[in-house]
Formats: sequence, C-alpha cells, structure tokens
Amino acid sequence: MTAQAAVRAAEPVERTVLAVPGVHCAGCISKIEKGLAGVPGLVSARVNVTARQLTVEHAASLQVPDLVAAVERVGFQSQPLTLGTAQAAGGETRQLLRATAVAGFASMNVMLLSVSVWSGAAGATRDLFHLISGLIAIPTVAYSGMPFFRSAWSALRHGRTNMDVPISIGVLLVTSLSLFEALTGGPNAYFDGAVMLLFFLLVGRVLDSVMRDRARDGVTALLKQTALGALVLQSEGPSQWIRAAELQPGMRMLVATGERLAADGEIEVGSSRLDCSLLTGESTPVAAGPGTAVHAGTLNLLAPLTVRVTATGQGTTLAEISRLMEEAGQGRSRYVRIADRAARLYAPAVHTLAACSFLLWLLMGSGVHQSLLIAAAVLIITCPCALGLAVPAAQIVAAGSLMRAGVLVKDGSALERLAEADRAVFDKTGTLTLGRPELVNAADLAPDVKPVLLALAQASRHPLSQAVRRVLSADGVVAAALDGLAEEPGYGVRAYAGGKPVSLGRSAGSSDGMAAAFTDADGITTLLRFEDRLRPDAAETIRRLRDIGIEPSVATGDRAGAVAATLNGLNLTAQTSMRPQDKLDLIARLQAAGHRVLMVGDGLNDGPALAAGHVSMAPASASDVGQNAADMVFLGDSLLPVVKAIAAARRTLRIVRQNFAIAIGYNVIAVPLAFAGVVTPLVAALAMSCSSIIVVANALRLRGAAR
Amino acid sequence: MSGLALLIPLALLLGLCGLAAFFWSMRSGQFDDLDGAGMRILLDEDDG
Repeated sequence: MTAQAAVRAAEPVERTVLAVPGVHCAGCISKIEKGLAGVPGLVSARVNVTARQLTVEHAASLQVPDLVAAVERVGFQSQPLTLGTAQAAGGETRQLLRATAVAGFASMNVMLLSVSVWSGAAGATRDLFHLISGLIAIPTVAYSGMPFFRSAWSALRHGRTNMDVPISIGVLLVTSLSLFEALTGGPNAYFDGAVMLLFFLLVGRVLDSVMRDRARDGVTALLKQTALGALVLQSEGPSQWIRAAELQPGMRMLVATGERLAADGEIEVGSSRLDCSLLTGESTPVAAGPGTAVHAGTLNLLAPLTVRVTATGQGTTLAEISRLMEEAGQGRSRYVRIADRAARLYAPAVHTLAACSFLLWLLMGSGVHQSLLIAAAVLIITCPCALGLAVPAAQIVAAGSLMRAGVLVKDGSALERLAEADRAVFDKTGTLTLGRPELVNAADLAPDVKPVLLALAQASRHPLSQAVRRVLSADGVVAAALDGLAEEPGYGVRAYAGGKPVSLGRSAGSSDGMAAAFTDADGITTLLRFEDRLRPDAAETIRRLRDIGIEPSVATGDRAGAVAATLNGLNLTAQTSMRPQDKLDLIARLQAAGHRVLMVGDGLNDGPALAAGHVSMAPASASDVGQNAADMVFLGDSLLPVVKAIAAARRTLRIVRQNFAIAIGYNVIAVPLAFAGVVTPLVAALAMSCSSIIVVANALRLRGAAR
Repeated sequence: MSGLALLIPLALLLGLCGLAAFFWSMRSGQFDDLDGAGMRILLDEDDG
C-alpha cells in the first residue's frame, strides 16, 4: 500500500530517504503512509520496516524540513539520510545471493546425475550424464566462481596470496580435468565436487555480507544527524533552507535553539550557550556572543543566532577531523583476517601436496592423465571449507547473539580484533558517563510543585529541561495546565499557574551552565543542579575488564578537576585535556609498545582515536562520526555490553580455532586416501559435505555467546 | 532409457524456472523488507 497524492506532472520528482527508528509494527506503517498521504507535493511514501527507513518521492517544492515536520505530526521522529548511505547497502549481498542461487541450482542437478552414475550407470549413459553435468557446471563455474576469481586475481597481481587462490586454482583445475574426462569417456568426473564447493563457500560469503548489511542498517537507523543544512537569510524574499554541501562562505544562516550548526562561522547577531561536546568532549556549554568563532556540529542551546559562514564542507574543523580519521584508519586496513592468515600457510601446503602427488604418480609410471586426476582429487579433498564457511558461520552466529544483547557488530574482522585486545582506553563524556545532564536534587522539590515544573520543562528543548522532564515523567508526575506559556530567548520558560507567575530558566549564581532556577507559584526559587553521571554498571565493567586481563584507562578532553569529580571511586588512571591528536598519539604509543588497544569513545573528538585503535566501540548515543568510525555500537545506558562483547569475541576465536583443528584432523585422514588414489568422486562429495556440516554445527554452539 | 531424453531436459527446465523466479523476485524488491511484508498483511486496503 503506497500513499498517493496528485502532483503536477511537470514538476520534477525528488527522492528522500528518512531514517525512522520508531517503526516496528503494522500500525506504524499505516499511520505514516496514510498520515503523509495528504501532504501537498508528496508523490509516494513507503516504509521499510527491516531497515527502519521511509522512502519518499516528492516534488522539489516540498523541502526536507517540511517532510520531517510532517512525519513528526504523525508521531514519529525522523532524520534525513544522504542517498549514498541508503543505497550503497545491499548491492554486494544481492550479487552474492545471485551467484549462490545459480550454484545451488547447478549442484542439485549435477548431484542428481552423479547419484545415477555412482549407483551403477555405465557406458553410454554414464558418458551422457557426464556431458550434461559438464554443460551445467561450466557456465556455473564461470558465473558463480567470479567473486573468488576476481579476489584471487587481485591478490596475485599484488604478489600476495589469500584464501581465494587455492579455491580458484582447485575449482578451475578440477573443472577442466573433468571436462577432459567427460569428452574422452573416462570414469571420473568431479563436476559435482567443484560446483558443491562453490556453493558451500558462497553460502559463507553471503553470511559474511549479510552480517555487515544488518549492522550497517542498524547503525544507519540510529544515526544522529549533524546538521544536514541550514536556513539561510536571503537579501530579498523569505529565508531558504539550503543543504550543507551547497552553503557558501559569506552566507548568513539562522540557527534556532536546539539546532546544530551546518558550517563553521562567526556569530553576527545574538548570544547563547553552545554545546561543543561533539568537537571537544567538554560537557559544559560554552557562552558565545557576537564575534565568537563557532564550528560546524556544535549545538545551539539558548537563543537563536545569526551566523556568517566562514568555511564550509572540506574547510570546516569537522572535515579536518575526518581527514585525521582517514589517515588513522589506514593502519587497520592492513589487518589480515584470520582466515587469510591461515590461508597463507594453507595454500602453499595444499599446492605442494597436489604437486607432489602428481610427480609421485608420474614417477611411479602412471600416465599424465591419471596423475593429474589424483592431484585434482587432492585439491578437492583439501577444500578450505573450514576457512571459507566455518569462519563466517561462527562470526555471524556470534554477531547475532551479540545483537540480541545490544551490540551491533559491523563486520567479522571486528570480532577477531576485539578478541586480541589487551588494553582499553575510554573517553569520559558520553562513554563512561551518560553524556547528558541528569537532575541530582529532585528530592529537594515538594511533591505539589512537580506538575508545574514538568509542564514548564516540557515546553523547552534545552537539555536541562529535557533532563527534568525525564526524571519527573519517570516518577509518574502528570504535567499541570499552565497559561501563557512562553520561551524567552536567553532566559528560559515563563508561564502562569493559576494566575501566578512561574518560571524555569538560567540561574544567575551558576557559572558552568549546569544549574537552573525554578520559581514556583508561591514565589519560592529552587536551584536545580545537574550532573553528567556515570553510566550504570561502569564500576562493574571496569572490574570485570581487569578480571579478563584488560587494563582500562581514561583519555578525555575535559579538565582534570571535572574528571576527578566524576571518576571518583573507579580507580582508573586518566589523562586529561587531550585534543584529538593527543588521543591519537596515546594510542600510537600503546600500539608501538605492543599493546592491542580497544578504544571506546563517542564524540567527534574521539573519531581519529576510534579509527586508530586496534578495535573500537561506541555507544548508540554517540555522534554519527563516532558511530561510523567504531567497529561496534552498543545500545542502551549500561556499559556492560563492552565486557560481554569481548567475552563473546574470545569465544568466537576459540570456536574458529577448533574448526581449524577439525579441518586439519579431517585432512590428516583424507589426504593420504586422495594421495593413494582411492578417492572417487563419491568419496570426495561425501567427505566435503561431512566436513562442512561438522564445522557449521560447531559454529552454531556460539548462539548463546553473549549471555 | 528413452524416457531420459524427455525427463532430463524437463527436470532442468523446471529447475531453471525456479531459478528465474528467484531472480525476478529479488530484482523486484520482494526481499527488501522481509519484516514489513509480513505486517502489511494486517493492513486493510480499502480505507487507505
């Protein structure tokens, strides 16, 4: 069911994808799609529940902020996504699924024919069946083998070898030999083995790719948008909303309370407090007035500002940090996955074995043909199923288990790297702490003034008001009805309760912006104090990290005084006043000393460190830069998922090693048989299936890994 | 044995039909929203 509305045919249609994290049931689908049906300029709206996304086709006259507002009227929070991130996903999985479907079809049909041959078909019938098998198998190998051939070729061209090299050589050699057998009426054609091998390995590849897609979808749905654009003042006519990429220096943008800046600039009109935690990690808002230089990504807290743009896009401090991140991430791209590391030993061993068997049989007086067949049997029987199928199977089962426990794993290599970590570096604000102010003296409030306070707090988007609202709503307080509710820029919210003035706003006595004054109907003013609190289970997490041999420490942009107050009792070493570059240097120093560092951070200022760490995690409340740079994202307020993820990663590595051991044990039995020349196509097919099933079954034991 | 001349092509053809159907359903986006597809059954078409 797609919402449709008439739109003039002449107007060009635009496509916008919105992340709608709140969609989870049939009711949500119909509420959004029907609710949007009446919006002028809207062509179609379709919800994707799996990806938590809403795809909207609309006329260019309907601007993105209006769209977000329309979705909000229906009752859902949404954030616009750039088209690139939304569409790039899934393409690789699709390609692999197609190859797998073809390989599956071919292996079933070839197996059908092979079974008749094994059960005694002889003479002309056998030759015919072999030929038909070849006709099915050769196009299949050409199509489904492509992912392996391509990867093997690019590895060889760079003078390296990976898992795909023995696979490609094995499959190609076996297929061409079998073709020769089929054409010359020989008794042994291994088409079934070659196609089945491709099928099993492709299943492994699909699993790997699905895992990456699923985590990426999850992360995209959670992304908190840094400003996508800004409302720009025009010299004539109404102000217009312009995308961040199209902003030009010299433009003047209006930044409303609660909005993030889309570009670097200088304040022209207005004074306010800015939340720069995204850039600096400092939780305390900073005062800013006309002439102050401000950076893209900072959050405007108090009053509307007019900002003259000085730098956009690549010139902003934000972009500077992304460049640092890119450079830092290069170290990680050099990481070789465990399966490829095993393949470095495995591939030469297998190829030497096959070459030896060929030479040995040749020397013993068999013909070239017979010797080649034996060598092919050795290659088929040593198929690296344990590497190609068992590793992704183990990782996807573990990632699924972690996902249920609230940790999104972006790819399999992240689990491998996490299992190796021996040091952990935490950011403070937003990582060890919740990264949002929490009301600490709610007990000072009389029960009868709470409804008034809640009503005032609900009227503002200021973080302190939201903190008040969270606490009071959780206590079951119902908001009182107020008259003349108004938000006063630079102060706070004022209203009348039963004819008497009440207010919630800036407190004159506080210098750090972490306090607010509440005046109730009796004229009594209460000072509300706020603190950025430690996450629940932070102490427990630190203790358990030490138990499993990981030494935690803290690196933060905050000043020493603020850090000591918060971290009191955690017994952690902390390094303070660190800029992004300092964090990067700290990690480089630790890694140079031979440590594998797990970086846990959230802010933009942690981005380079997250990219540089051997492995990294970010909370779901992190900035999108943090979430993109991290290998894993954990949901919820608790810090315990960090420990759970490490335990699960270590178990996964253990299972993967077991699978390698199983594979080696199986080869110890099977290779001598192949060497002796007693491995017929039937034996090869049985052995291959059995070994695959055993390693996959072993991987399934990880289902409860994250408990 | 003469039945094979008919049965084998027939079996392959049916298999190919299945493969083609899978390709078509993937291309037309039927696997894009597996959770949503199940939920949409519950929606009433006529009042939309």
